[in-house]
Amino acid sequence: MSGAQAVVEALRREGVEVVFGYPGGANMPIYDALYDFQNFQYTSLNEKGLRHVLARHEQSAAHMADGYARASGRVGVCMATSGPGATNLMTGLATAYMDSSPVVAITGQVASYMLGTDAFQETDVVGMATSVTKYTFQPLRVRDVPYSVKAALYLAAARRPQPVLVDIPKDVQQNVDEVEFPERVDFPNYQPLPDPDPTIVKTISRAVLGAERPVIMAGGGVKMANAYRELQTFAELLMAPVVTSFMGKGAFPENHPLSLGCMGMHGSERTNKLIPECDVFLVIGSRLSDRTTGKIEKFAPNIKVIHIDADKAEIGKNYRLPVVSLVADAKKALQALIREVEAGMMGRQRDTWVKRAQEVVALARTEFDGNGTYLSGVETIKMLRRFLPPKTIVTTEVGQHQMWCEQHFQVIEPRTFFSSGGLGTMGFGFPAALGAKVAKPDRPVFDIAGDGSFMMTENSLATSIEEQIPVTVVILNNRMLGMVAQWQRHFYNRRYSGVNLGRSPDFVKLAESYGAEAVRVETMPELECAVNRAISSPVTTVIDVPISPEENVLPMLPPGAGLKEMIIG
Amino acid sequence: MNEDAQLRIISALVEHKPGVLYRISNLIRRKSFNIESIAVGPAETPGLARMTFTMFCDYGRFDQVMKNIDNLIDVRSVQPLEERNATVRELALVKFSPKAPVTRPEVMNYINAFRGNIVDMSSDTLTVEVSGDSDKINAFINLARNFGLKQVARTGAVALSREMITQAGNVKW
Repeated sequence: MSGAQAVVEALRREGVEVVFGYPGGANMPIYDALYDFQNFQYTSLNEKGLRHVLARHEQSAAHMADGYARASGRVGVCMATSGPGATNLMTGLATAYMDSSPVVAITGQVASYMLGTDAFQETDVVGMATSVTKYTFQPLRVRDVPYSVKAALYLAAARRPQPVLVDIPKDVQQNVDEVEFPERVDFPNYQPLPDPDPTIVKTISRAVLGAERPVIMAGGGVKMANAYRELQTFAELLMAPVVTSFMGKGAFPENHPLSLGCMGMHGSERTNKLIPECDVFLVIGSRLSDRTTGKIEKFAPNIKVIHIDADKAEIGKNYRLPVVSLVADAKKALQALIREVEAGMMGRQRDTWVKRAQEVVALARTEFDGNGTYLSGVETIKMLRRFLPPKTIVTTEVGQHQMWCEQHFQVIEPRTFFSSGGLGTMGFGFPAALGAKVAKPDRPVFDIAGDGSFMMTENSLATSIEEQIPVTVVILNNRMLGMVAQWQRHFYNRRYSGVNLGRSPDFVKLAESYGAEAVRVETMPELECAVNRAISSPVTTVIDVPISPEENVLPMLPPGAGLKEMIIG
Repeated sequence: MNEDAQLRIISALVEHKPGVLYRISNLIRRKSFNIESIAVGPAETPGLARMTFTMFCDYGRFDQVMKNIDNLIDVRSVQPLEERNATVRELALVKFSPKAPVTRPEVMNYINAFRGNIVDMSSDTLTVEVSGDSDKINAFINLARNFGLKQVARTGAVALSREMITQAGNVKW
């Protein structure tokens, strides 16, 4: 079998059902091998079980794989050719890396005997990807290919999920050799995480049981570990309010009586002010980034912080004061804590604190209530929640609309909200929505976008039409790079520089030219009507919502400020 | 940089294959440390290599970078070492071209004082091998400037942890 056939066969054996990619000179042998597995009817998965989705830009291919991974909990696979194909993937890999999403990228490379000669379309992709991947493979013999692919899929999902790159020279794809498909791969240095240390679990449970005013803080790690139910059980047992980071948004149902919503730069003002009142702050699966905590010295000088993370290098990285720490999978850690805490909470109440928290919750909850009278960015997002079924998968781009979603879009069901929180990649949401739709074809999938972000990967409309992956894009169109403009308004004395998008394309005509349905809405009833039509439409719909360029995301925590120092308006 | 910044040593047992040094040094670069020295060679087990890094940094950031290195797939184990719990050695080759008024016996005395070995000699140069901890090498090189120092090549520190021999502490050889 050829190396290229071995790639495809190895993917199939691992149960990969879809790859998102783009062909070129150096990965043509792989595309030739894919030919036999592609279903040119563009319907659902064919019986051979490997679908290829043709992106219109490699960055989008990586975001699609990322969206697929986040929605399905499985590894997403993307492909590109050498040189520009591979460099275009990098933004997508960095996005997945920052948000701990399991993505495998398979790139073509110039022939192994030409490596290092600056051959046509040669780039040192392994070197470039090193900083944004967990690991890279470059098999130089056909017989190494099955191992590399299997190991890449394994490593991407192991422990803390992160992207992995497999760079395969063209001659290795073309050459034919005897290959064996290994039963298992073993990394002595990278074993699965051990079960949570029972001594530390006891210490933590004693601390949270003894706490008078505990708060649980859930990060993206809870979502990646699929520990939604465990978190809810634990919080209810402990009667502790739950706050999330932006990446953790949706880890806990935001309509739950104990949900404090999001904290941080654009978190709820009331929530941010409540956090410093707690005595024990139990962090699960969060790196405690500057966007979440504000200035760390002002964050929690007198609070006992407990930090649970799958990655030991996160302990003490951003929050440097001493903590009780547990390196463990979030799901297993919560299961162990539930067992410990169950007996201890018997008959105990935490009325005062829960009451205090619920006052805050009640007030913070009003941030989800809209009046729906006119189409502002905020009202549109609040009303979208009302119009969309709870199981709708929502992705966002990056900017004001994203932060309005953080503040005003209530996430209720597990695995229904995905955004580029770590890297903040404009153009992520639309292709990620397509990937999510491939993973969950029976769910409505919406990308809430800004006009600036949408233009970064708008050509994915072609993919969604050709491959029949219907999603809906709602463009909050303020003809501005609104978030940058907002910062220029607040911190640069209204010197608006490079933020006016001027005469953007007519998004309705643009979408229609791709074969999508499109509508511009100017009133709330029109929006509701458009959303309902889009949900039942068999093709992708673009809903253009013109809004004011003056609208701000408020409140906000200025960079370098403490949690209590939010700008209100 | 905090006041507890000092020269710190990392000893890592790693897979002996291409790209490993790149991954580790790239990681250290990302955390914006400057590597003072680096020494790599095959370890006792075939297929594994031992790397010794030294860098100047405070404890908190050092601990962080150690954990990051330990997370790397190709790193079997990683250990922080200090002069008090480790044997640290460095080797230097130093080339002299002694000129009058420096006399040959003076040079020889000086080399002997540092237990250096002459490993090469020509009509007007001699090359000396000297080993020891980094302070000793530094001292040797500083003095060598008085004796016609020409070139220096240093290996960088290599280090192994000391085994505990008595309750009271380590025996220093």
